[in-house]
Formats: sequence, C-alpha cells, structure tokens
Amino acid sequence: MISKEAALSVNQVSKYFIKKRKDPLKAVDNITFSIDVGETFGVLGPNGSGKSTLIRMISTLLIPDQGTIQVFGYNTEKDSVKVRGLINRVSVEASFFKKLSAIENLLFTAGLYGIPKKQAKEKLNVIFEKIGLDKKRLSDPIEDFSRGMQQKVSIARAFLTAPRLLLLDEPTTGLDPRAKKEVQALIFEVKEQYGTTILLTTHDMYEAQELCSRVSILHKGQIRKMGKINQLIESVPKTGFKETTLEDVFLHYTGTNLNAEQEKAEEMREVS
Amino acid sequence: MQLVLRELRAAWAFVERNFNLTKRYWKWEVVFLAYTVANSVTMGFIGKGVESFSGAVVDVNYLILYMLIGSILWGYLSILFEIVAETVAWERWEETIEYTFMSPISRATHLLSVCWYSILYGLLRSALILFFVSWFFKLNLSEANIAAAGGVLAVGSLSFIGLGMIAAILPLISPEKGVQVVHIFQALLLMFSGVYYEVEVLPMWMQKVAWISPATYALKGMREAILEGKAFTSLNNYTIPLLLMGIVMLPVGIFAFKKMEEHAKKKGLLKRNG
Repeated sequence: MISKEAALSVNQVSKYFIKKRKDPLKAVDNITFSIDVGETFGVLGPNGSGKSTLIRMISTLLIPDQGTIQVFGYNTEKDSVKVRGLINRVSVEASFFKKLSAIENLLFTAGLYGIPKKQAKEKLNVIFEKIGLDKKRLSDPIEDFSRGMQQKVSIARAFLTAPRLLLLDEPTTGLDPRAKKEVQALIFEVKEQYGTTILLTTHDMYEAQELCSRVSILHKGQIRKMGKINQLIESVPKTGFKETTLEDVFLHYTGTNLNAEQEKAEEMREVS
Repeated sequence: MQLVLRELRAAWAFVERNFNLTKRYWKWEVVFLAYTVANSVTMGFIGKGVESFSGAVVDVNYLILYMLIGSILWGYLSILFEIVAETVAWERWEETIEYTFMSPISRATHLLSVCWYSILYGLLRSALILFFVSWFFKLNLSEANIAAAGGVLAVGSLSFIGLGMIAAILPLISPEKGVQVVHIFQALLLMFSGVYYEVEVLPMWMQKVAWISPATYALKGMREAILEGKAFTSLNNYTIPLLLMGIVMLPVGIFAFKKMEEHAKKKGLLKRNG
C-alpha cells in the first residue's frame, strides 16, 4: 500500500538488464513499498539481489522499466532535478576525487547543491566535530585517508546537503569492526538530530536490527518479506531451543542454495 | 533569482574543482605542455624545411607561422575536447560520476561550466605555446593581430563546445572505448578543416565537408589575423558563420547529451565502473 504522507513511494517497479544472446535479467521485479517521513527502513538481501539497482533508481541514475518512484511526491523520472535536491547517498565506495583534499571535495559538493562557501564551512565545522574528524587532516588528499575515514567524510558530504531522504547503500561494507561501529553510531546520531528519513541497504543483520524500524528482504529482485523486525522474527518457525534471529529470517527467505546464489550474483554484477 | 544564484554557484564549483585538479597534477601539465610545444616546433621545422627540399624561395617566417597556427588550433581543440569528453570519463575513473550526476543542477550548467574552464585553460595554453615557439624561431609577430586571432578563437569556441558535448556522449554510451573515439572524431574534424593546408587542396567532396566545419573558419580567420594583421571587425566572413554555427551547435550539443544521458539511464550505463 502506498502512503500519501510517504517520504518514498516505490510502486510496482521493475528493472531489467538485457545481455547479448541471453534472457533479460530481472534486477528488480515488481516491487512496491513506502517509507514514512523520519523512518529508517532497511533493505536486506544477498549480493546481486537488486539492492543497489533499487538505490540507483531512487537516485535518478537509472530509469525503471516499469512502475513509478516518488520522493516526497516528486516523480524520479519527470521531476528528477527536484528529487535530486531532496536526496543524498552514501555508498560502499566513498567516491571522491582522490588527489583533492577532503575540504576541496566537500566544498565542491556544497557548490553543486548551491550552498554558499561561508555557510558550507560553518556547517562542516559542526559536522566534523560530531564525526570526530581531525581538522588538521582536512587539507590532505583523500587518497591518504583510511577507508573508515573516507566513509566518515562521505557521511559528512551527505549531511552537508541536508537531505530529506538519505540513501545508505551498504555504508559499512569492508570497514574494520571499529570503523563500522563508529559509522553506525554516527548514522544513528545524525539521524536523531536531523530527523532524516533513511533507506539503508545492508547484509549486516546487526546493523539492520540496530538502525531500522522496518526491514524488507529482497531476493532475486523481489521483496520476499517486509515488516517490523519482531514481526519478521515471529514469521519464521523456531528450530530447536535457540531464539530466532534476523539472520535466521534472512536465510529462511533467501533460500539455502548459496552456490547458485553466488553465480547469479556474479552475473548480475556483470550487467548492472 | 535564487535559482540563477544556485546554478552560478554550481558552475563556479566545477571551474574551481577543475582548477584544483590541474593544480594537483601540475607536473603532468608541464609534461603535456612540453609535448605540445615540441609538436608545434616540429611543425615549424617542416615549414622551414620546405625551402630546402623544394628549392623555391618562400617566406619562411610566413610558412612557420602558417603551420604554427594549425598546430595551436590542434592543441586548443585537443584540450577542449579532452576536458569536455572527460566530463564523463574522468568522473567514471574517479568513481564520482554517480554523485555528480545525482546533484540537483541542470545538465546545461554542468556541461557549460566544464566548457568554460576548458576555454580559459585552452586559451592560456595556446598563448604560452605561441610565445615559446615564436621565441624559439625568433618569429616576427609585429604585424600580427593577436587579439583578433584570440577573438576568432573565442567565437569559434561556441561551436567547438557544441561539438565537444556531442563528443562527450561517446564515453557516456561506451565506457570502454568512448574516449578513443573522441580522438578519432577530433582528427577527422581537423583533417577536413585544413589544419596544415588550405582546404582548396582537398578533393571537392572533402571541401564540401570543410565548409560546414567551424574549424575551417577559425583557422582561416586566425591566419588572416596573425599573418596579415587584419582587425577583428574585418574578419566577418569567418566570425559570422562561426557565430551562427555556435548558436546552432551549442543547444544541439546540450540536447544530444541530455537525450543520451536518458538512454544511459535506461541501459544502466551511468555508473562508476566501465
């Protein structure tokens, strides 16, 4: 069901990729969901399940083959510039100009979002304080930063533009446990402060449990299950005396043939 | 008004980013400048050598300058096309493409500001090359109207930008080979436009192509300004067609890029990795 007050409405959306001499791959297959304003919604799924394709469609970087996506009432295809002003994203790769310093990269982003330099610097000072970034290092090229630090700058970039909808595409993948914890705490803190609506894709069950009020399980481009975490846990039959965890839920709805899944994931990565 | 300010800030952000990148890669900039100067000097020597192998008495100063103008325009177009075409390729290599393309700016602002930087940078480089090569060959530029030549180049840049945007489509739709095809496109443009010769020496069918190429008019106009010292106002035969071509090619370039961006978004080509 699509809510009128939704921050994000995804309505019967599909995306196919056509590969030479092969059947089209359904990266996202007829999915529908909505996220309320201020909510943190998780999309869980194995590699190649369609999470990044979904994020890229919401980001206006991909046009759906079927269905519509609306961000605060604006259509991602017809009102793409307006949508782009309302969203930002943090993805697996921090994605910066590596030779430029953190501050040069961030001021470039500020310019693209029409934020005056003085205002951007003031805002960044507050964000740096919160993130715990050493200001002395901000003039160093990004390539000299650790992965965790780059990801923190990436979060600073996202919050600099004050997005109403923040898309977090596996933001902690590949980080060491300490950096992961720091980034998760940061997401939680800034979300509390700015009241931003968040769509988080991850395959880290702990992360989803800690940050999300509702989650959906995406598998082979389809939503297999969606709801509050306790509802999802209750939907899976208990095995033995062990408490059912979100990981059990994930495995239950995404199947057990891991080799076949891996092959499919590789194929998806090639074409998407 | 707010929208205009926003777009202007975004435009300046692109110019500043490119300047910062040029600054960070300054050693490579020096290497590429030396390479372009060496190419131009070679062209100058070809001009000088004509007298020795043809036996004819020629105005060597004139010939060197003639070749040099071709070489400078080649260098200028290379820079302009490279920067504009790499709007996509470079961002893909840096993995920033998705972030830049999902920022809330119009594509026209994005492309035009990158072009604006490439014009400033290209003019500066061309002036430096002219200075170095004239000093090397001790060329007499007292009769040359450098300002008029710069004016012709600036007017011609409007249509070059339009062509550059069309060229920028290639890396957008072909992440692997797009940039190389841009070089072919650039070489064809100069072959038809008389970079080191008059277009009248070309076969008739090639001459017909030459007259729809803005580079033909830019080369002729610049040569008359430098070799004959003509004033900018007396170069209307070249500047008016250049202006008209610019008025047509600039919006066509933006429109074509936007259309192909839409295609890339449908096919999933607008992504970090090739």
